[in-house]
Amino acid sequence: MTRVVVTGMGWITPLGNDLNSVWKRMCNGESAIATIDRFDASSFPTKFAGQVRDFDWKQYVQDAAIHHEPAMNSQFALGAAKQAWEQSGLGSFEELDPERAGIYLGAGEGVLDFSAHSMIDTHSWDVEDGKVDAVAWAKFATEQLDEWGEVEQEPNMPLWHLAREYNLRGPAFNCLTACAASTQAIGEATSVLLHGDADVMLAGGTHTMLHALGITGFNRLTALSTFEGDPKKASKPFSRDRGGFVMGEGSGMLVLETLEHALARGATPLAEIVGFGSSADAYRITDLHPEGRGPSAAMNNALSQAGIDAKTPTEHPPVQYISAHGTSTQENDSIETMAIKLAFGANAPNVPISSIKSMMGHLIAAAGSVELITCIMSIQTNMLVPTINLDNPDPSLDLDYIPNTAREADVDCCLSNSFGFGGQNNTLVVKRFEV
Amino acid sequence: MSQSDTNKVVISGVGVISALGVGIDPLWEAMLEGRTGLKRIERFDPSGFSSQVAGELAEEDFKVRKIVPKSHRKATKVMCRDTELAVGAAAQAVENAGIATAGTSDDPPTIDPNRIGCHIGAGLISAEVNELGAALVTSKKDDGSFDLAHWGSEGMQNLSPLWLLKYLPNMLACHVTIVHDCRGPSNTITCCEASSGLSIAESRRVIQRGDADACLSGGAEDRVNPLALYRQHCTNRLAETDGSGDITTVVRPFADDANGTVIGEGGGILLVESETSCQQRAGTPWCSIEGMGCRQSFVDTPLDGDPSAIESAIKKAMHEAQCAPSDIDLIVPLGSGIPELDSGERIGLTAIFGESLENIPTITTIPYTGNCMAGNGAICVGVAAKAIKEQTIPARLGSEVTNGVCAEKSNAKQTSINRVLVVTPSEGGQCVAIILGRIDS
Repeated sequence: MTRVVVTGMGWITPLGNDLNSVWKRMCNGESAIATIDRFDASSFPTKFAGQVRDFDWKQYVQDAAIHHEPAMNSQFALGAAKQAWEQSGLGSFEELDPERAGIYLGAGEGVLDFSAHSMIDTHSWDVEDGKVDAVAWAKFATEQLDEWGEVEQEPNMPLWHLAREYNLRGPAFNCLTACAASTQAIGEATSVLLHGDADVMLAGGTHTMLHALGITGFNRLTALSTFEGDPKKASKPFSRDRGGFVMGEGSGMLVLETLEHALARGATPLAEIVGFGSSADAYRITDLHPEGRGPSAAMNNALSQAGIDAKTPTEHPPVQYISAHGTSTQENDSIETMAIKLAFGANAPNVPISSIKSMMGHLIAAAGSVELITCIMSIQTNMLVPTINLDNPDPSLDLDYIPNTAREADVDCCLSNSFGFGGQNNTLVVKRFEV
Repeated sequence: MSQSDTNKVVISGVGVISALGVGIDPLWEAMLEGRTGLKRIERFDPSGFSSQVAGELAEEDFKVRKIVPKSHRKATKVMCRDTELAVGAAAQAVENAGIATAGTSDDPPTIDPNRIGCHIGAGLISAEVNELGAALVTSKKDDGSFDLAHWGSEGMQNLSPLWLLKYLPNMLACHVTIVHDCRGPSNTITCCEASSGLSIAESRRVIQRGDADACLSGGAEDRVNPLALYRQHCTNRLAETDGSGDITTVVRPFADDANGTVIGEGGGILLVESETSCQQRAGTPWCSIEGMGCRQSFVDTPLDGDPSAIESAIKKAMHEAQCAPSDIDLIVPLGSGIPELDSGERIGLTAIFGESLENIPTITTIPYTGNCMAGNGAICVGVAAKAIKEQTIPARLGSEVTNGVCAEKSNAKQTSINRVLVVTPSEGGQCVAIILGRIDS
């Protein structure tokens, strides 16, 4: 039977741009949330975010010229992919068949030039008609917009950049199921390998919505925290006074391989992907199903695929850590707690759960990939990272959310949840690799 | 985890929406007659653009409110045009397949909702400039510049609270899952023109691995708005035309003098189903999905076709279908009229079929519907399925001379069609090939 293992990981995050330093900061319970300085957000309802800093994408590619001018999502992807590729050792594996090496990403769109777009829309506005004068709009667009920048808006462009950088010519997909995208990408990439369509898949996610229109959109939805005070305290999943999510950005990339391929080239498996579940709420665009129908189905499907009986009461639950979607919105954290109870039954209180969004914010399409890497780091180090800012727990949320302080634990199997706006839900189960 | 490909997968329902109307039949009838749906853009004044022709569905011909259940009518206010098209095509597919779903019937659902998935390809949905502009203009200073500070404190309040949700690409699938109560695996693939084909391929795999019995699958996109048109202008892929002259020759796939494509709006949703499920409910399959292959290009620009990726994707699909090039009776390529993409397709197809390529009938949909991007591949698969069902090759428009590809202008004709190859390379470099087979072949 084909098995799929992880042989490389990398991330670009608001907490840093390499595996070990970010992991250390997460174990210390540090927050990366700070005042936005990419644009002047001082008048916006939300003025803070988890922003990637000290990152130069050109340091992560062999020849920047072949990439033209990648958008920021592609830049992050290139940065995370280099770390994953190096760790996997594939860079020096000359026998890699490019047509047996594919990519599956959950990548968001490129960064919209809000300054130019606002100028174009307002200057072409016809007051009498109450709408844009399309002829004037076309003129201003031609003058103001960068043509290549608009091409880079397409969410499949990171695929092209990664294919160029690593000579990957196998199956290539990009999915954009909102906040669930990169978990879905990793799950479906695993399926590509299990089905024999490739030997190696570079999988993960990349996204930034940290621009004026992105913040606007989420502010209008009232989904973002408008916390007044120290931004580091703003993201507080599972707290009584949680007030919305905090925007983050970045990328997580993993090299997935069939075990046969990895062992044949002498690679070291870091973990094994053993379960993937996908579901749709099919309920409402704006709300999660009140009984946690979709999230619990995704978890049940993933656990079932992994051959794990999570519900039979036991002192030692078969899953030792859940990386929660844990957005810090009232609705998500309540429904996710309910869904975990449905999936784990009487074992639920004994399974430690945390949300790294408390420390780095919500990386939207990229969130799931970074959270799965967190799971694998937990397995490798036997450490569980905390949910910080959990000083005022919501009494109705009664599971173990690893409040504020990391802890040591024997960790062999983890589950990672991602739920997208609109009701697409995805769960992965990852295990310590054993021959 | 294990995977199996023993489950045979069929297409048992076809829903298409395009400039030529709602449903596969209006498109098919037009393709038999050689009647294009292209015309000068009417939704806005396109005079400021060098490409002024599109495949545009008249708004009076399609009202999404009329086809959703009463419980979902309010939600139509937060649908962008792309979502409306997907919901419209899905309704057609469900009706065509003869299944009952929550949104279409008071009867119990024909297929367990937990066993129906939904994979709908989507594009980079462009914000409606009138909607966004109306809010932005409230933050315009007296000197004409934009006041970001005012926007942050007050101006953004003029934007509808749910504005963002309208433009998330996954909303196509989400609205369809809600309307039809599809609770199985759901995905939104965003790979430009390859989105639909990759979605259909993924639905097939989801069914093969046993995670669903059926999936609503395909894609839809609307490019007929100023921002989306401009974004295609940036790729230098559009035909320069003001809409005067013979509009059937604006897009000339594989012609020496081809000078680009035109945009369109539309898409297709298919019911992709396990043969067992289809048999159990006494459904009538249109055709089987016998093989698929997908590859990533490795050329210097994401805008050109990569012949080796196209060739490799087709080889993989043929390997799965266990068929030889001589078994292919009909080819449905992208055939966009973009010289660089057509050239890539021609070289890739020639590598597979050799000189016999000029004798294998090839049909292209873009001269009829415009390039519907994420929806285009599903329109092609829908037309291919119809061709198998009707054993008919529709008329071809556009090109007089097509250099080794059998795609020159011709009338419809009846013939034996057992296997069809649908191949779709995309902006961004993904390429998907799908082989459909006649069920009784």
